[in-house]
Amino acid sequence: MIRRILPAAAVAAAALLALPSLAQAPAKAPLKIGFVYVSPLGDAGWTAQHDMGRREMEKALAGKVVTQYVENVPEGPDAERVIRELAQAGNQLIFTTSFGYMNPTLKVAAQFPNVHFEHATGYKTAPNVGIYNARYYEGRYLAGMVAGRMTKTNVAGYVAAFPIPEVVMGINAFARGMRAVNPKAEVKVVWTSSWYDPGKERQAADTLISQGADVLTHHTDSTAVVQAAEAKKVYAIAYHSDMAKYGPHAQLTAVTHHWGDYYTKRAEAQLAGTWKPDNVWGGIKDGFVSLAPFNPVVPKDVQDAVNKAKADMVAGKLAAFAGPIKDNEGKERLPAGKTLTDDELNKMNYYVEGVQGKVPAGK
Amino acid sequence: MDTAVQLVVLTLAAATPLLLAALGELVTERSGVLNLGVEGMMLTGAVCAFIACVKTGSPWLGVAAGAVAGAGLAAIFGVLVLTLTANQVASGLALSLFGVGLSAFAGLDYVSAVVDGIRPLAIPGLTTLPVVGPLLFGQNPLVYVALVLLVAIQWMLHRTHAGLVVRAVGESPESADAIGYNVLAIRYGCVLFGGACAGVAGAYLSLAYTPMWSENMTAGRGWIALALVVFATWKPWRVLAGAVLFGGVTLAQFQAQAAGVDVEPQLLAMLPYVATIVVLAIISRNPMLILRNAPASLGRPFRPDR
Repeated sequence: MIRRILPAAAVAAAALLALPSLAQAPAKAPLKIGFVYVSPLGDAGWTAQHDMGRREMEKALAGKVVTQYVENVPEGPDAERVIRELAQAGNQLIFTTSFGYMNPTLKVAAQFPNVHFEHATGYKTAPNVGIYNARYYEGRYLAGMVAGRMTKTNVAGYVAAFPIPEVVMGINAFARGMRAVNPKAEVKVVWTSSWYDPGKERQAADTLISQGADVLTHHTDSTAVVQAAEAKKVYAIAYHSDMAKYGPHAQLTAVTHHWGDYYTKRAEAQLAGTWKPDNVWGGIKDGFVSLAPFNPVVPKDVQDAVNKAKADMVAGKLAAFAGPIKDNEGKERLPAGKTLTDDELNKMNYYVEGVQGKVPAGK
Repeated sequence: MDTAVQLVVLTLAAATPLLLAALGELVTERSGVLNLGVEGMMLTGAVCAFIACVKTGSPWLGVAAGAVAGAGLAAIFGVLVLTLTANQVASGLALSLFGVGLSAFAGLDYVSAVVDGIRPLAIPGLTTLPVVGPLLFGQNPLVYVALVLLVAIQWMLHRTHAGLVVRAVGESPESADAIGYNVLAIRYGCVLFGGACAGVAGAYLSLAYTPMWSENMTAGRGWIALALVVFATWKPWRVLAGAVLFGGVTLAQFQAQAAGVDVEPQLLAMLPYVATIVVLAIISRNPMLILRNAPASLGRPFRPDR
């Protein structure tokens, strides 16, 4: 493991000392906040978005917080050690940003009852451990609308990593968004069995294009799918980050993650002494998920329709999974007038109408 | 017909990095040296090619830089195992780990860079021909480089005096030494060549196949290339067969998924590896096949006594 603890704390402290305003600053030392990242920072992807959130928080609370992060921490024994080190180093609030950090976080949290922890995408809490996640599927639905209007072959290609509910949810929401504007739309899914393998993602993308997909999207970590679309002159909808610079012609929009506001809010609560463990699942409304600016090739009426749907989602008038929901074998999964509950979403193991094939190991 | 042609083009594109790296390793092993550092050399080649392309704007200078970087790493290995007669297996593994770390470190400032890379050929009037167009005139230039390299190595190893000497050094360095050949110099040459090939394979990934740099982007292809050399029983043509089989099976399982074939993707993801293991097992059933073809001095250090 390559660990690079950013000397951010030191740099920030030095910058603070240089500021004359320090004379008036409260005698209280700034709040120390730690972050644990599962992959290298990179320029685009899951970790890049969390780090963007960290930097936004640091800016919003300039002078009141100092942050420190450790990147590329494997999910396993190393994670526990890194989290403990951050706690020992005096960080009062620690964000652990990958599913596999769940048990290490809880273990360290039990040993440091006065330190507060926030674990992303997990499901276990403790008196000093809160959890947070985003409703990525809401962005997927909106992106699906764009895809449904822009496809000429009526086939979208979806490069996905592993058939877990979070990914299946995204595929289904995307298909429902497409179908909402284009009843003939179909989604083809290819599983790469890897979160990160640019070569495989490229092969999967090429395959989908060769089978008629003219809009691609992905739930994997590299920019390879967007680049494949750019090279083959089809469209793409990026995930995690805005990848327009990797596919200036191909990228129609991107489903992007935004953690800055949440991190700022939690840090403020910690500063005010009101921090409590919480279970937050924020969507479009909360600004956790958003769409990147539209490519100019997306016609104005499509942009307007998507923006309206977005506003409806914020207003609570539109849900990605409102009934009736039929699976792709024709079975009714939810009657009209109802909306899938969070619990049902987290157990999703079927494809909705419009998705081809079967969820692997889906029963 | 179009789909079939597409499939061949896609398979070759996927097979090329394996082919390049495995051919280099084949020459290295034919001279009696086992270099397990292919993954590290590929990554180092990939990052240096990418950096050179960003700095100079020329992807071909990038490929050259990748070759030099791969050979550079191989030179370190050469000093360790040839001059200092260190254990080849341990040194090779160390080289792989070193290459992974070195490339991550060297590439830190380049993860967000975008390059144009090497695009597939597009010759007006030719590339658009049916069938032969995409096959003969529509692939990435590095695909042709790999195929030319294959023919050249096949010819060199089996039809030229130089090839005979390389094989002699791999079979019996003592005899080659006794009749006056400089075994170490020849092995150095083969090790450097292998490194350069791995570097170009990396450059293909970072400049042509997925034009980007990110840590560990080879995702284990160096190790597959190593297996392919055994799979091919040290014969260049069979390396092509193995690379195409491996690339083709990966692609075929994606095609099956996209077409809606109801098989677990986890099972399909295993297929390329299973196919490789099955063929390896069949080959190994006949010990003579391995014994007859493996360079007799593979992995054994040689110290000239003069």
